[in-house]
Amino acid sequence: MNPILTQSQSDGVILEAKQVTKQFTIGGLLTRNRRIVHALSNVSFSIAAGETVAIVGESGCGKSTLARCLLHLIEPTSGSVMLDGMDASYILSQDPSTFRRAVQIVFQDPYASLNPRRTIGQSLDDPLRIFGMKDRARRWARIIELLRLVGLPGEFAHRYPHELSGGQRQRVAIARALAPNPRVIVCDEAVSALDVSVQAQIINLLRDIQDKINVAYVFITHNLHLVRRIADRVAIMYLGEIVEMVSRNGLLKGVAHPYSRALFSSAPVLNRDPHAKRQVPAPALKGEVPSPIDLPSGCRFHPRCPYRQPLCSTTAPQLQSIQGRDIRCHFAVQMLESGVSLPKPKEYTS
Amino acid sequence: MSALLDVRGLTIEYMTTRGAVRAVDDVSFTLQRGETLALVGESGSGKSTVALGLLRLISPSSGRIAAGSVIYNGRDLAKLPEREMRLVRGAEIGTIFQDPAMALNPVHTIGRQIAETMLLHNKATAQDAMDRAIELLRLVGVPAPADRIRQYPHNLSGGMRQRVMIAMALACGPSLLIADEPTTALDVTVQAQVLALIADLKQKLDMAVLLITHDLAVVSSVADRVVVLYGGRIVEQGPVPQVFADPRHPYTKGLLDASDWSDDDGRERLRDIPGAIPSLGNMPTGCAFSPRCPVAIEPCRTVRPRHVEVGRDRTAACLLSAGGLE
Repeated sequence: MNPILTQSQSDGVILEAKQVTKQFTIGGLLTRNRRIVHALSNVSFSIAAGETVAIVGESGCGKSTLARCLLHLIEPTSGSVMLDGMDASYILSQDPSTFRRAVQIVFQDPYASLNPRRTIGQSLDDPLRIFGMKDRARRWARIIELLRLVGLPGEFAHRYPHELSGGQRQRVAIARALAPNPRVIVCDEAVSALDVSVQAQIINLLRDIQDKINVAYVFITHNLHLVRRIADRVAIMYLGEIVEMVSRNGLLKGVAHPYSRALFSSAPVLNRDPHAKRQVPAPALKGEVPSPIDLPSGCRFHPRCPYRQPLCSTTAPQLQSIQGRDIRCHFAVQMLESGVSLPKPKEYTS
Repeated sequence: MSALLDVRGLTIEYMTTRGAVRAVDDVSFTLQRGETLALVGESGSGKSTVALGLLRLISPSSGRIAAGSVIYNGRDLAKLPEREMRLVRGAEIGTIFQDPAMALNPVHTIGRQIAETMLLHNKATAQDAMDRAIELLRLVGVPAPADRIRQYPHNLSGGMRQRVMIAMALACGPSLLIADEPTTALDVTVQAQVLALIADLKQKLDMAVLLITHDLAVVSSVADRVVVLYGGRIVEQGPVPQVFADPRHPYTKGLLDASDWSDDDGRERLRDIPGAIPSLGNMPTGCAFSPRCPVAIEPCRTVRPRHVEVGRDRTAACLLSAGGLE
């Protein structure tokens, strides 16, 4: 890895999640009917200027809850989100706009996140006005500049969302997120709703913007191919916990946690070799994700783990740093050696 | 042996306030017994409308089959009386859709919904149908099927619901399974399970599968042949290995490149297709892809290209395709 990059990354931390835990209470008015959903448990990570961190996992892993906690759209049950080393809830209590300006979000569905009755220009004007740009002419100039930045002609300011294609709408959503000059943009499945050919356009656009203004991205996604291409670091989540945190270089060598391995091997790969054998990827996991209400004992992944050992059902593993990555597995060392020495449970041996 | 399904010149129009628009325009393809054919395209390509058309599920108030024939097992489904068409749907052709939560009835048990198909088609008595429902759930890998038949859709996870949908589609032993984005709503580890299940059942039951998807990686791992749609028209079709290795239509090539996330030397740019997909009411003249096409020449904007043979069992509709693209 480029040593200068590492240096700036460790120094330039902008946003940090520290032991963020979020629980939701569901169920009736009576205490005995109430149940707790463990959406996020002790999630920690940080992001530096110009960096892209991807958070991946399947539905229910807590990745969208994490996105909302990072923005303080919901308050963590415990733990904290820090902006420039200061607690976000403190900043928000003093001067909310400082925090809101620094951390922005782009949602999955640009159809739902733009007001159909307002022009693109009006939608872009809001954040500028709210964040204190009083002069109308300057705001207008900035709107045109923002549209250019996302590759749209200035005249789009007069159009309505229904006149735009899905990709153009997502460009507008990005322009709106960029309006207050944020330092971090959380992209919550920001390209998942778009067609393949348009997805690539938007990813290229996000990268170009990053090169220009050094903004950091937290990319929440389930698209594992995308992660390989854009992320400097990847956090893989399962049932509310980070199970592995790996750098881009580490990812190229392969993921190590049993869940990460199953996840990445399940994604079908585009095969353009006419002579290669074609086959459906063998399902790497049996069963489904357990309920976040009744968490499994010990390691949360153990009921489905192809490598589980007796220890795994009784003791919860901690995140440990090995060979430049963080892994939450008792057998991390063996897993890094591809896990061959561990005996498999019977449902995986047939 | 004649093809199981032979679609010829299928044209489907939707009525809009601005007149009729062609969602599917002169689409022809065949599907052999036991084969998996993938219908691929992006939004607005008409791929789901083709499926609805084959099943005659386009409501007369919104659209109609304007031309063409759908020969299935020797009969033209496009001309079959509705009463006979009902005997085909569910019995001879099974269907699964993207969102099993929408396709299952929330107020009936799983068992009743699977049994209903068999009862409607007089394939079984009530008790036999329940026994067969349990058997089908076991076949699609639902654990404890005897208990599951008494449960409701909300008791099941997304992956389990999709398995129930597949069990329903298979209940009457169809010779064709139409699967419209069957795994798009599912997580990737569950997607692998469902794709493996469909491939396995296809073998066991000797079914043909018409897979409708936007995901070329899925196509490359499960399909035998592929039909690529753009703006309601077929731009290219042929065997998957040949088409994916050497696409002859610039759109197929662009779509493959945009879907190809493999990356050898770090953070290179993704290959995108500039521009946006045309809307149905606003189809360009000539080749529908010409405004976005990197190699378009002047005639592309006026002449609608015809399908020409570009290899064994392969056609492409591009004025430049005969000589290859590179």
